[in-house]
Amino acid sequence: MDGLKPRIADAMHRQSQPTVTVLSTLLAVQDELGFIPKQGIEEVAAFTSSTINEVWAVASFYPNFRFEPPCLHQVEVCWGASCHLVGAMPLIEAALQASGLETEGDTSDGRLTLRYNTCLGACSQAPVMAIDHHLIGRATPESAKARIAELLAEQNG
Amino acid sequence: MASFEEIAAESQQRWEELTAGGQPWIRVGTALCGKAAGCDAVIASIEAALEQNGVAAQLSQVGCLGLCFAEPLVDVQLPGGPRVFYGNVTPDMAAEIVSNHVAGGSPLAHLALGYLAAGGPDEEVDSTLAGIPDLNQHPMRVLENRVALRNAGTIDPGDIHQYIAYGGYHALNRALTEMTPEEVLEDVKTSGLRGRGGAAFPTGVKWGFLAGSNAPQKYILCNCEEGDPGAFNDKAILESDPQTLVEGIILAGYATGTSHAYIFIRHGHDGPIDRARAAVVQAQEMGFLGENILGSDFSFHLEVALTGDSYVAGEESALMEAIEGKRAMPRYRPPFPAAVGLFGKPSNINNVKTLAYVPEIIAKGGEWFAGIGHDKSTGTVIICLTGDLKYTGMIEVPLGINLKDVLYQAAGGVPDGKALKFVQTGGPLGGVLGADNIDIVLDFDILRTAGAILGSGGVIAADEDNCVVDLTRALIAFCQYESCGKCFPCRMGMSHLLEVLERICRLEGVPEDLDLMRKVGQDMQAGSLCGHGQLGFNPVASALRYFGEEFETHILNRRCPTEVCSAPRFSPVSSRR
Repeated sequence: MDGLKPRIADAMHRQSQPTVTVLSTLLAVQDELGFIPKQGIEEVAAFTSSTINEVWAVASFYPNFRFEPPCLHQVEVCWGASCHLVGAMPLIEAALQASGLETEGDTSDGRLTLRYNTCLGACSQAPVMAIDHHLIGRATPESAKARIAELLAEQNG
Repeated sequence: MASFEEIAAESQQRWEELTAGGQPWIRVGTALCGKAAGCDAVIASIEAALEQNGVAAQLSQVGCLGLCFAEPLVDVQLPGGPRVFYGNVTPDMAAEIVSNHVAGGSPLAHLALGYLAAGGPDEEVDSTLAGIPDLNQHPMRVLENRVALRNAGTIDPGDIHQYIAYGGYHALNRALTEMTPEEVLEDVKTSGLRGRGGAAFPTGVKWGFLAGSNAPQKYILCNCEEGDPGAFNDKAILESDPQTLVEGIILAGYATGTSHAYIFIRHGHDGPIDRARAAVVQAQEMGFLGENILGSDFSFHLEVALTGDSYVAGEESALMEAIEGKRAMPRYRPPFPAAVGLFGKPSNINNVKTLAYVPEIIAKGGEWFAGIGHDKSTGTVIICLTGDLKYTGMIEVPLGINLKDVLYQAAGGVPDGKALKFVQTGGPLGGVLGADNIDIVLDFDILRTAGAILGSGGVIAADEDNCVVDLTRALIAFCQYESCGKCFPCRMGMSHLLEVLERICRLEGVPEDLDLMRKVGQDMQAGSLCGHGQLGFNPVASALRYFGEEFETHILNRRCPTEVCSAPRFSPVSSRR
């Protein structure tokens, strides 16, 4: 984990906005690494003159922070009301089935993280999912299964 | 620093070169709706086809015109001609459009959705095209009156000169050179503008609280948290015309004697965030932000702040906590933000849409805005139409219009010959209206009386195949997931409501459950610090009001009339609590 230290320091210092806070610094570290390592919590505390307890309080509150290295690919499926009414549930079922997961989380081979999202913001194209932050509108269970199967089967990905 | 007249002249010159300079202009919708529909592949295809055909053209990524159902939406404007729009463009279609229309000069009438007359910001050139309808006659545009969205989908959101050429920053220049802060404030009061974030509080009155404080440090906070499923108009404004928001914020600062402001956006919505950040930098470069704006004594600074995933972060006091870098939990009030707000300083919080109206109000006068709308709901409203509708998207209509007309005329009603069953308005804390109750005037006060709220403008339609109990359960699942956990009546109440609704959906409910939910709802309302808990029972209350019978069928007859409740259900529980 020693290799992370310069990246964490760089991400924290690179923040260009005038208002630097515990939250903004955590977001900067997560953007850089894709997760917040334990060391990151300590570094953020030192950088923002906060206690480790204060940093943990913030990091554990917002569900977009994760504390393990991310998988290779991120799949998000929206379950907001607009998506719910036009087929989010079958989409979630299909995504779970295709990734072999029982609920949101990481596949054991580290290839894919599945997350439920409360609103991906493209409600007019519902149901919506996202693969590696690229939005896919009017998604179907079939298209979701096919895309996830591709991600899992990909070589050298 | 150039004078405003010099800047405006340069913008005008650039605009003329762009529209009449000999090159075709291609615009592609790239807001979240365009992205989800696949605009990136269409842009790649256009770029390749331009090279293949050896033609030079201006290619711009614009925001959302509102016709989201037709995304990816591409329009081509030949020099001096009208804009011809193509809807649901595939990469193959894009190549065909480039070779025939852009390179060959012949619009593809059989593929075109419609045309809009060309002309600059001030002229409307009448130009008609054989076989292509006028896009303004499209159902989604007929009822529209665009104020906040006047430039959306037309100008390049990344080019401040296009905004200025379309009349932008003229209001700020006028305010700084001809008006006192009190006159600007008076104009906003005269306009009758009310907050578009959900509470519909008079904006001028709110600004008056801040203007009345002579504290040396005060803040204007612009809320673009917008976590409501079904509402995307705040993000669409940032993606389509961020400068109208920036100008509105600066005017708010001038009117209230404030020198600092924040735009607050949820982390992860990269499109709106990037547009907002770029807009702030460009406004700084032009001298509209910073010290002594346009040579006046007025100095103003604007910053983009991000929050983590949290719906409650959109609540005004939780928002201030999040900007300070803490957990997004509401504060006790009093003291109110106008007295003790961000970093303990007097603060004013407005929604994106509210502030986006301000430049036009100052440009055309408060009385002009007050002349639009209905009774005490002045101006227009931006509605996001989603769910089971023929045309999904975003329209801006005068308040006072009938919801029924919006659903059946503009959105084209429910597709596939099905009947409308209910609409859900105002976000997860709003309510449902039965299909028999949608003959209602869009007016903040009338909708509230009907048990629904206009909220931030989301209208989700559900056809006859949907179960209202199931939707209510999904809404409460959202509210439970998003409860910040500070007030236990909200934290426990949401969990309790969800437990009961899960039971009813499993067809295991008992007759006492309805009164139990009402009791829990009362406690939440009485014992929660913010709207999340206070209004959290709304979805259940309105569903019971209009669809009590459907709940009873689930409980007494152990039957879901639509059979939706026999399918798997999904209620994630947040790790946060």
